[in-house]
Amino acid sequence: MTVETRQGQGSGQNLWRESRARNVRERLVRVVLRACAYISILTTFGIVFVLFGEAFTFFQDVSIVRFLTETQWTAGFATTPEDGEFGIIVLAWATIFSTIIACVVALPIGLGAAIYLSEYASAGLRRWLKPALEILAGVPTIVYGFFALTFVTPFLQGTILPGIQIYNILSASLVMGVMIIPTVASVSEDAIYAVPRGLREGAYALGATKREVATKVVVPAAISGIVASFVLGISRAVGETMIMAVAAGALAQLTVNPLESMQTMTAYIVQVTSGESPRGSLEYETIFAVGATLFVMTLLLNTIAYWFVRRFREVY
Amino acid sequence: MGGSGGGGVSGEIAIEGSSTVFPITQRVAESFNQDNPDVNITVGDAGTSEGFVPFCEGETEISDASRPIEAEEIQACEENGVEYIEVPVALDGISVVTNTQNDWAQDITLEELKQIWEPDSQVENWSDVRSEWPDQPINLFGPGTESGTFDFFTEEVNGEEGASRTNYQASGDDNVLVQGVSSDPNAMGYFGYSYYAENQDTLKALPVDGVPVNPNTISSAEYPLSRPLFIYVSTQALEENEAVGPFVEFYLQDGNLTQFVEESDYVALPGNTENETRAQFEDRTTGTIYTKQGKLPGGDIESALKQSK
Repeated sequence: MTVETRQGQGSGQNLWRESRARNVRERLVRVVLRACAYISILTTFGIVFVLFGEAFTFFQDVSIVRFLTETQWTAGFATTPEDGEFGIIVLAWATIFSTIIACVVALPIGLGAAIYLSEYASAGLRRWLKPALEILAGVPTIVYGFFALTFVTPFLQGTILPGIQIYNILSASLVMGVMIIPTVASVSEDAIYAVPRGLREGAYALGATKREVATKVVVPAAISGIVASFVLGISRAVGETMIMAVAAGALAQLTVNPLESMQTMTAYIVQVTSGESPRGSLEYETIFAVGATLFVMTLLLNTIAYWFVRRFREVY
Repeated sequence: MGGSGGGGVSGEIAIEGSSTVFPITQRVAESFNQDNPDVNITVGDAGTSEGFVPFCEGETEISDASRPIEAEEIQACEENGVEYIEVPVALDGISVVTNTQNDWAQDITLEELKQIWEPDSQVENWSDVRSEWPDQPINLFGPGTESGTFDFFTEEVNGEEGASRTNYQASGDDNVLVQGVSSDPNAMGYFGYSYYAENQDTLKALPVDGVPVNPNTISSAEYPLSRPLFIYVSTQALEENEAVGPFVEFYLQDGNLTQFVEESDYVALPGNTENETRAQFEDRTTGTIYTKQGKLPGGDIESALKQSK
């Protein structure tokens, strides 16, 4: 403490004096900050390099055509590239399917919550409702996973869906949807709240009702932010791992029945890495091909979002 | 005899391997630690095959196995100069289980099991197995390829190790399988006897070829899916790591072994076999007692152990 204070005073005395020490400090800070900016970019390059490098080895054993056209995934049982099937569509479809179900839950509820918080809720209510919603985002996903497996599935089994399997994509996706609500709500609420007051008051002056102001003026004005929140939510759903690994089972099958078990790309990677697949084995190589596919999917998603946000941004 | 291990040893013992043997070894480790708190023991349950990989690279001291070591693994060990003592510790019967709410299936034959589990099996519903069984989906749960239980079951039932249908819920975690079968009335699964015995209130074991699975039928080998469980001890580790010897002696000690095995809901080796097992370790007899075809010379473990000297 005392040292800090003394330093503070020292720099105060030197504040107006050009000194070498000061220049060095300035430059040092700049270098450190630049390193911070570059470190994540470098990490991304490293990941891409490793991911696609290992995936390339895999595609020498199993052609990319087989990877894209086969309709079964039996990598865990294959000892040679010939006796297995490596149709990524099985895992990719499970990921897409679970994301769709989760979005059906999360996007409307998240947006509804955002509109309510920003347009309808009183300031006092908003002050504690928004942090409360954000607490949901802090729950570890493994907890959501066990919630799906030990509460939601038995509940569905006992009430409306007696035929549902114990490991199924529906419960996992529904709970994943709940998990994403705060992300969607929080980000789109920020966007909606940022819409200038003048726009609302202009609409009221023209005789619009509160509902008309919310849906026809405020939401369209905030659409780029809302879409950004949707994409953020979708990206989380695509990459979500623990909920799927715990509650959706490990049956890699191509189906549209949400009551059955399916294996998403992330859950497959967990299954392989939680064992000790020897480095260089075929099963080990598959996770890089799957990981690369996942990477391409999220990259595509983010690119579309980036384009959309730029295209439709309203500037005030 | 090493007594309780002396109480003074310290060191680290890494154990990896079968999730079926895991409950026994874990129990031994906990008990051993009470007398020897300075020994750091980690017990893994990644599966028999997964256990032999680091074992044959000299990374683990002991490997749990629910099937004997195989040609490829023997070769891997040889290449790395890892020698080992094969110690049978208990008997197990792979239990074929259904949900307790399943009121139709009361028994099953090996032939039917093959029909269900063979590669490209056409069985989708219970009625595909026996026409009098209901026309409901059969939801299958079983261990993954890293498991010795998987290897043994596919060998015994489908006639070829590793040959299995692929569209079932595969998990290396037996508790996931237990949870799956015990909450799905249409489920069928297989895993080690211990996991059935501990969950008898929610699981029902089917007699195989008319023989129910219980300690008597496992011990007499009447139950068709009964098998020995092993630990493999690295001789290099025995020489270099002062904790390994006392640990294995404690594991095999007269009275201890039977108690640990039975507490883990497996079946103890017959008394004579247990003595041969102990002798095998004390004489430091290396290598496997199994033939290249994976058979026991002499027909049972006791005579095979005697022959191996």
